[in-house]
Amino acid sequence: MSEHEILLSVQNLSTHFFTQQGVAKAVQDVSFDIPAGHMTALVGESGCGKSVTSLSILRLIPDPPGKIIGGKIIFKGQNLLEMSEGRMRAIRGNDIAMIFQEPMTSLNPVFTIGNQIVEVISLHQGIKGKAAWDMAVDMLTKVGIADPARRVQEYPHQLSGGMRQRAMIAMALSCSPSLLIADEPTTALDVTIQAQILELLKKLQNENRMSILLITHDLGVVAETAQTVVVMYASRVVEKADVHSLFASPRHPYTQGLLRSLPRLGQRRKRLDVIGGSVPNPVAFPGGCKFHPRCPIGAKDPHCQACEPPLQEIQPGHAVACWYAQGYRR
Amino acid sequence: MPDQKIVLEVKDLKTHFPIRKGVLNRTVGFVKAVDGVSFSVQRGSTLGLVGESGCGKTTVGRTLLRLIPATSGQVTFDGHDILGCPMGQMKPLRSRMQMMFQDPYGSLNPRMTVEDIVGEGLTVHGIARGKQRRDRVAEILEQVGLSRRYADRFPHEFSGGQRQRIGIARALAVNPDFIVCDEPVSALDVSIQSQIVNLLQDLQEKLGLTYLFIAHDLAVVEHISEWIAVMYLGRIVEYARRDELYSNPIHPYTKSLLSAIPHPEPQKKHARIVLKGEVPSPARPPRGCHFHPRCPWAEESCKTSDQMLEAKTTQHLAACWKADKIG
Repeated sequence: MSEHEILLSVQNLSTHFFTQQGVAKAVQDVSFDIPAGHMTALVGESGCGKSVTSLSILRLIPDPPGKIIGGKIIFKGQNLLEMSEGRMRAIRGNDIAMIFQEPMTSLNPVFTIGNQIVEVISLHQGIKGKAAWDMAVDMLTKVGIADPARRVQEYPHQLSGGMRQRAMIAMALSCSPSLLIADEPTTALDVTIQAQILELLKKLQNENRMSILLITHDLGVVAETAQTVVVMYASRVVEKADVHSLFASPRHPYTQGLLRSLPRLGQRRKRLDVIGGSVPNPVAFPGGCKFHPRCPIGAKDPHCQACEPPLQEIQPGHAVACWYAQGYRR
Repeated sequence: MPDQKIVLEVKDLKTHFPIRKGVLNRTVGFVKAVDGVSFSVQRGSTLGLVGESGCGKTTVGRTLLRLIPATSGQVTFDGHDILGCPMGQMKPLRSRMQMMFQDPYGSLNPRMTVEDIVGEGLTVHGIARGKQRRDRVAEILEQVGLSRRYADRFPHEFSGGQRQRIGIARALAVNPDFIVCDEPVSALDVSIQSQIVNLLQDLQEKLGLTYLFIAHDLAVVEHISEWIAVMYLGRIVEYARRDELYSNPIHPYTKSLLSAIPHPEPQKKHARIVLKGEVPSPARPPRGCHFHPRCPWAEESCKTSDQMLEAKTTQHLAACWKADKIG
């Protein structure tokens, strides 16, 4: 695949959860593309729908209560949402792999690290026995685990947080996927270990020409590793741009607010800027633009209160879902 | 002569946890969670205590309040010897030293209403009862930005940021002088973190509070602290005024920590020091300087000679003999 070909295209994805409290519209009309060999960051705070989006791509949404109710996910020319479960299973862990935030809860505590990696290799590549174990040790070396021949026999609880995350990356990469979905891979780790893991991901991305969908709430991590950024708020994409444009000139009031409220090293401010209020409940989203109750511009504007702004490109490569950013004036 | 401006003084604090093994429960070693920590905090100011998991910062906070027994050392709060005080006489001091916790979901009793959670201290210390207690609780809730109507609700009805505010209200209810804030914003979303940090600062100004702010997020700590102590494996490796520490970090660990922080500025590609390996276990700390196995500048002598915190200038201490020679 050439550099600029689109590996994965999410088109108008909608995923809802049907609960006793009502319908939680976790993801609504979400669209973005991931080019080959590219790192795309999906950014947002708790409850914005970013994890549900990634689980939807791999069709790991528990049904009931969840359901992907609309859209297309085109991967290498095929719509994943129309594939049989059998074919989907052949892709999961093989061509599209995923690593999760809490390595301790994502690794099976009763099997050794080696066993878990070998399982992936045997299942997808049909390689068994010593050959598979050798590959597992090889993978552990590639992800920078010291003394891999010993570690491969150990259980997850015997490894530190950083090492477990590396073990999970080893599992995910054992079949050389074209796309790695990393859901908050470093949030639970110390900052010096985070730096190691991010360097590792960048290195493996370059070596394997892999695309990475990085899901995170940490804008610092995004700035240092991603090429494209997709910002989500309350189930929708509110801004999409290449990393330089996003940080240099954020156009959505939510993105602007987020960037302003970050305490920055070296900056001496008396008080931090805040975004007042809190994230809305997915069962009871506000009408109109979902951000309007917290927006310095839109809170009092009847248009923002009543009408949901579409995601529109305002400059090549930079799209925003905000009436004012799109040129509307009261 | 005791300095009136110093509200808390800690000298050579050690908290070691015995490791017991075998049928006879023999002590085979110690986890030296806190291994000789000294610092002081001035009235009305904030000391930031930073470090990564396992460095001992939370244990320091809990030992100060005698939630965990200290192994040795001295803690003096407003002239009172805390560690030597008989347990029966601790009560009046307890209302003056409070704590705020990291986990907004685990630190509030799910079976108590907000009124009970915030008001429990008032009852225990005999400060207020009945209607007086209700009024005082309502007053504090508003002080932390919550409506007084929330008093009859239960923790599960609130968001993380709101629960953290309830935790602050609980700490404030008994009119403390000093609050240990143990990672108060780590579990919160970015946009809520700044709300809580601002609240803590406002309360400090209004009520003259003194904080020990324990955290691993250096950007937040930089914002709120006047002085900062960096911990590694049970010890303070660097101790300086906020501006000094961030503009001129001396200890190799502090330098690595600062360089590891990702900046939200894609233009700035900064030379990052990526440390090798993992933090060693506090049950088996390395010989010599605790940091030497991971230190990019380590030499032979670092493996054998333990490093003590030394004043490099009057306002800046670091535990590294080689500090002056490192770029």
